[in-house]
Amino acid sequence: MSSSGALRHTGGDAATGGNHTPGTDGPRGGRGRRRDVVTWVQRGGLSSVVFALPLLLIFGIFSWWPIVRSVIMSFQKTNLVGDPTWVGWRNFEYVLTDPDLPNAIGNTLYFALLALLFGYPIPLVTAVLMSSVRRRKGLYSVLAYLPVVVPPVVAVLLWKFFYDGAADGVFNTILGYVGLGPYAWLSSPSLAMPSLVLEATWAAAGGTVIIYLAALLSVPDELYDAAEVDGAGIWRRVWHVSMPQLRGVLLITFILQIIGTVQVFLEPYLFTGGGPAGATQTILLMIYDYAFGRSLGGNYGAATALSVMLAAFLAILSLVYFKLTSGWSKS
Amino acid sequence: MTGRHIPEGKRTTMTVTNPTGQRPDTGPAAGARGRAPGAAAPSGPARGARTASKRKASQLDGSTRGYVSAQDWRNPRVRMTIKTLHGILLVLLLVVGVGPMLLLAKYAITPTQDIIRTPLAIFPNGVRWANISEAWNDVKISRYFLNTIWLAAGSWFVQMLVATTGGYVLSVLRPAWGRIVNGLVIATLFVPSVVLLVPLYLTILNPPLIGTSLINNFFAVWLPSGASAFNVVLMTRFFDGLPREVFEAAKVDGASTFRLFWSVVLPMSKPILGVVSVFATIASWKDFLWPMLVLKDPTKQPLSVRLPAIASQTDLGVFLAALAISTLIPVVFFIAFQRLFLSGAGLGGAVKG
Repeated sequence: MSSSGALRHTGGDAATGGNHTPGTDGPRGGRGRRRDVVTWVQRGGLSSVVFALPLLLIFGIFSWWPIVRSVIMSFQKTNLVGDPTWVGWRNFEYVLTDPDLPNAIGNTLYFALLALLFGYPIPLVTAVLMSSVRRRKGLYSVLAYLPVVVPPVVAVLLWKFFYDGAADGVFNTILGYVGLGPYAWLSSPSLAMPSLVLEATWAAAGGTVIIYLAALLSVPDELYDAAEVDGAGIWRRVWHVSMPQLRGVLLITFILQIIGTVQVFLEPYLFTGGGPAGATQTILLMIYDYAFGRSLGGNYGAATALSVMLAAFLAILSLVYFKLTSGWSKS
Repeated sequence: MTGRHIPEGKRTTMTVTNPTGQRPDTGPAAGARGRAPGAAAPSGPARGARTASKRKASQLDGSTRGYVSAQDWRNPRVRMTIKTLHGILLVLLLVVGVGPMLLLAKYAITPTQDIIRTPLAIFPNGVRWANISEAWNDVKISRYFLNTIWLAAGSWFVQMLVATTGGYVLSVLRPAWGRIVNGLVIATLFVPSVVLLVPLYLTILNPPLIGTSLINNFFAVWLPSGASAFNVVLMTRFFDGLPREVFEAAKVDGASTFRLFWSVVLPMSKPILGVVSVFATIASWKDFLWPMLVLKDPTKQPLSVRLPAIASQTDLGVFLAALAISTLIPVVFFIAFQRLFLSGAGLGGAVKG
């Protein structure tokens, strides 16, 4: 906001409202400031503030301040009755020496890895095939996206029923037709995590398919024409034209999927509650237990310390990833 | 200001979102009102990009060249192979995508004994419609259903209010401090939501200005939902693409700031209002952890929180009927507004990128 407005709207003589001057105010007296306020209001400064109020209030109270407060709280001991006290790095020490932490980190990474194995190639292949459908492409898209619109809680509860470990559970019945099983699914320490990942992939893959499909359909036809003139067959056109054009999208969905799956909460919480024998205990489940768990609970310092460390880890991971891949991405 | 000078690529995605499918170049020339934002495309390369993106938008159902050329399609062997692959894909999508939904619909009207003993048999002992009525009345799904709708409606309102007014300030009014606010909004996109969990919970326990706990109050869900940077970014980018000449003309005609917002900017932004509305409603319908934390009174809880809680004490058939009921609305919504959903999903990738 410029402080030197060449305005003839002087009028006033008393220096009131000097404090309301927004932005920079020059080293001038009250008269000048008064003039600034009038200028500012006339130029729509006030209505800008009024229109920005919902955003500033909502983001301030429910986003910006909680983010800052999270960092502050990770260095404090907070309980709901007294004032918080500063404890230095003690929350971090507490979390890092928690005997459950290595298991939770391992499980979380395992979940992320499995989710990549299941969830990265399948949508890509699906989208590549779908992009060559000539009629009823809309039908394919709707079918692929349908699981995404099912409420996640419903999906988990339904799959929990499918995963029934008895011989007449839904999946065991189906697998029984081809002579497999019965499997214990969620109550087996080795199968529990893959079961969660399978459901999570089912629930999320459709969104990725649509993203890839949109990217594939925006590949300029001229590139395919040129490749064909050069004698490239269909397979080589996919490999040497489509894939390089998708590179940017593929790089981003890769890191976004890792960021998303590392924060998995719903599946382990509702399917297994971390069991059996801690086989599906994840980092977010730990954060939840620290803060709101039935037995522990109320350890807000530890919860915020772990979530701040997780956020820092993800930020560093993304930075390193984008540094490493910036050379590969041509755009 | 980021996003003020939108790179061409971003503009293209903007036009793709236009779910009305209007063709701006030939659209009714009845003034700017109700027209797609692309209508006032400036001359030069931007126009070319827009036309290209128009073609792209229609590709979702039309046929294009793609990696299979017309010549390939004429080759019977290639044709057969690709058609077979498409057929397999369609069957797989039906089994994987629709299969579980069909099973759920079947269980909703199957007696519990049959569900447990023969989960895949087709009504061996008839149909039990009572599952649905018992779920609706006895398990009080009707109440939780109403709570869910009420929560979604309020969240929608708060998100729209914040996103439209915020986008208006950042894109149209453009005060000097706007760039700082914009930066702060975008910065929150990079903060994982789990960081907010505990401090936000304490804020709800002891909110500023109000002085009384918001636990068990719908505002505890409604207000935080408004802090969606994604919505604000979408809205700002869309407003950036609107023709500024129209704003200037409205100002010359003496329109106030509010009038400009309400009668010019909003009517021109129907496509993006639709996309953000869909996002807002669906996100609220899906939300689980946050409503569970702040709505502890069971009579206030939405379906997503209530369903896991009642799972163990409810008859299986009735419970699965309850699951089916809570799936119905989002699925019907999706089928009805599929274009909006799918363009929104594609856009989600574009913005995150």
